[in-house]
Amino acid sequence: MSEKSYMSGNSEVKSDFCVSYSTENSGELNINIQSKTAILHGSKLKSITEKTLSDLGIKSGNLTIIDNGGQYFVLQARIEASVKAANSKLKTESLPDFKQHSQYKSFRDRFRRSRLYLPGNQAKLMLNAGIHQPDAIILDLEDSVAPDEKDVARLIVRNALRTLDFFGAERMVRINQGKIGLKDLEEIVPQNVHLILVPKVENAKQLNEVDDKIQQIRKDCGRKEPVFLMPILESATGILNSLEIAKASKSNVAIAIGLEDYTADIGVQRTNKGLESLFARSQVVNAARSAGIQAIDTVFSDVNDEDGLRTSVQEAKELGFEGKGCIHPRQIKPVHEELAPSESEIEKAKKIIRAFVEAEAKGQGVVSLDSKMIDPPVVKRAQNTINLAVATGLVPKNWKRN
Amino acid sequence: MGQKLKLVKNTAGRMVPTMVNGVQSIPFKGIGKYIPKGSKAAPPIRACQDFPTSGDKVVSSLKEALEKCKINNGMTISNHHHFRNGDLVMNQVFNTLSKMGKKNLRWFPSASFPCHEPMIQHMENGVIHHIEGSLNGSLGEYASKGKMNGLAVLRSHGGRWQAVQDGEVHIDIAIIAAPTADSFGNCTGDRGPSACGLLGFGLVDSLYADYVIVVTDNLVKFPCIPWQIQGNNVDHVVVLDKIGDPDKIVSGTTRLTKSPDRLYIAELTAEFVKAAGIMQDGFSFQAGAGGTALAFAIYLRELMKEAGVKARFIRAGSTKYLVEMLEEGLTDYILDGQTFDLEGVRSMRENSGHINTSPFTSYNWHGKGNFASILDTVVLGATEVDLNFNANVVTHSDGQMLHGIGGWQNCLFSKCTILPIPSFRNRIPIIVDEVTTLVGPGELIDVIVTERGIAINPKREDLIKATKRSGLPIRKIEEIKKEVDEMVGGPLEKPEFTNEVVGVVKWVDGTVIDSIFKVKQ
Repeated sequence: MSEKSYMSGNSEVKSDFCVSYSTENSGELNINIQSKTAILHGSKLKSITEKTLSDLGIKSGNLTIIDNGGQYFVLQARIEASVKAANSKLKTESLPDFKQHSQYKSFRDRFRRSRLYLPGNQAKLMLNAGIHQPDAIILDLEDSVAPDEKDVARLIVRNALRTLDFFGAERMVRINQGKIGLKDLEEIVPQNVHLILVPKVENAKQLNEVDDKIQQIRKDCGRKEPVFLMPILESATGILNSLEIAKASKSNVAIAIGLEDYTADIGVQRTNKGLESLFARSQVVNAARSAGIQAIDTVFSDVNDEDGLRTSVQEAKELGFEGKGCIHPRQIKPVHEELAPSESEIEKAKKIIRAFVEAEAKGQGVVSLDSKMIDPPVVKRAQNTINLAVATGLVPKNWKRN
Repeated sequence: MGQKLKLVKNTAGRMVPTMVNGVQSIPFKGIGKYIPKGSKAAPPIRACQDFPTSGDKVVSSLKEALEKCKINNGMTISNHHHFRNGDLVMNQVFNTLSKMGKKNLRWFPSASFPCHEPMIQHMENGVIHHIEGSLNGSLGEYASKGKMNGLAVLRSHGGRWQAVQDGEVHIDIAIIAAPTADSFGNCTGDRGPSACGLLGFGLVDSLYADYVIVVTDNLVKFPCIPWQIQGNNVDHVVVLDKIGDPDKIVSGTTRLTKSPDRLYIAELTAEFVKAAGIMQDGFSFQAGAGGTALAFAIYLRELMKEAGVKARFIRAGSTKYLVEMLEEGLTDYILDGQTFDLEGVRSMRENSGHINTSPFTSYNWHGKGNFASILDTVVLGATEVDLNFNANVVTHSDGQMLHGIGGWQNCLFSKCTILPIPSFRNRIPIIVDEVTTLVGPGELIDVIVTERGIAINPKREDLIKATKRSGLPIRKIEEIKKEVDEMVGGPLEKPEFTNEVVGVVKWVDGTVIDSIFKVKQ
């Protein structure tokens, strides 16, 4: 006799799988795979299914798979999710190979101009995401994932982190709030995630809880590389505590602002002009600067309005932000272009660096340009400007030779 | 039934039959290697004294027209496909033929569409023996299963003209649906309630068929000006209430792709055309109506404006985007083969720079030259490409016949043939070791543009050199294949084919380049 059936996925969704599993008292294992491309994929579907069940230690039950063209790592995740929904005590897991191209490292001071949000349960959007060359890719487990997909999204993201090539983009995951968020970390931290976005942070304690959990998992799984943090401030309290939050952890590399929730919290409409969030945005920039980390702006949500996006990025740049959230790959290029330094900024930076190099060569302790003295932070900012110009393709790498 | 035929290996290494639907066929010999001889086919001699001196050739019904054309069992009935999925004529023609008790007819359309699904019933009942023309959707599925009595013969638009001129296909009765016509049979496609733009695909039928019937729902007083089909070639005119569904003939708006990957592919393609030095004052290009091709035209337009470059002509499939380029002065002419949206139809009617053409001018193998080879670049699609740049457009990797060739093979003769294609669809990689069906030989395919990089045919050293320092992601085709295979889970399993042939693919010169075999279920 078969028991209640646990389903993962939707049989109507293209480029995905829909899996359902029920335990079977008779001890039999029945696998039923329906695929329109069985002629091309039949034996591979069968072998991946059998391997997944054997990884999980499942020897009986009724498993039905509807193949609508998803990737195999998604099939693995959906089988694992429905089997675990039926056996809540099951601790085994089925991991795809950890590919070489998924093991590159990140570093603290890298650019985070654009970060592309992708729903954690929609693997088809992840496959080519890196090709559009965002500075970072965020596999989102929070707002873009419906409650009934939370468990499987965690596994899909885990598997994606092991399998997919993001072509050098920083590998970020936005976890859920509270306890589910800590559960997310258990699956994600061992998979070479570079940075965790922590949503709706309101005080240092919340952030420390996440950080402590990460440190514990790192220790347990023997991960040496750090996991960076980017708290997102999305409420009046969060904004007012921004300095405390920014300084709460050594792992912080940036703080971000989320305006949809913030404007709702202070009870105003979000406008294109953005006067209602001027204080909050300035506050975040100042807190970030004070903590020595990056300030990152919210997303621009109208995908079809490129001019609006450009204006919004210009404004963010003027306020002191160094990055912008993207919800569509077509937003990446405009963001990079608008955050690029202007010609006069570049020229000025070149002069400063040349003067610095010259002074160094002469063994002079003090750098001066046009009879003015230049402080070390100014030199550092100039170097940043040049790096940004090189990254945007405005200045060749070997500009000093010209 | 698929057919167990004697097969020989052609120059491309493909097994092909030497008899196709009872006609001796020549296996593909290589590009430009087959030399045709003899004289062209011709319609029977007629005399004007046999036609009404008033010039009025209108008869009361399709049935009467068919009877007057001496319809008989086993004949070949042809039509053009300018009404695309909005055709209301051909189903009526075959329903009439069915009621008249006719059997074993051959249908010879320039293309078929999902609206022609009722033809399956006519095949089941023996009214239609088989179809020679592109087979899409359910008709393709029917033929793929070997249920059709004869072999599917897939020809390019130019190849259809060649087959008629060679006498390989003799058309007994041509049906020409015409959005506007006069009682003499002069007709045009650019106006009338069922306007479809032009009638170029029906031109060969009007010139070579034994009998020609024009069917219209907009009869105008003689003369119908302008005309693309000449009434002097027409036997009878039939007036029906409605010959086409305008919404399905041309879509009001042309759909541009929203996929970020496809937009990126289109952008890369335009950048490549610029970097390779093709985009120069006075150049020419062709791009179809697929989402990626449309986006390519839009990106190219921006690059042309930036560089202040103007084209001499664009070959089309016209759409509103190409019409805008004509109106902005970015090209002197659109040489149009078929019109894909209402803006294209309007422009053809109103703009003297928007010219109707036919496969004769652009694609025909027996022409004394054709326009396709004059084109500086052409942008096309494909279902599969292999490591030798051979490409497939008619079947999918599972062996199912799903698309026609269209003008695809003919266009390969342009100076630079570019295939912008996604590197995979779901778990199906597009770059394969060997194409399932060979439709275009790799030596004519110059560039593959995918979202994971641009692969240039090693034979085109000039293009490789020209784009070396362009900053574009130029890669080896093998490298892209490896990357995609790894992502989607390795190369595909091969479908198991029987030795039963269900269709053949003709090369532009009429030789057989490949066979389509029935898949073992």
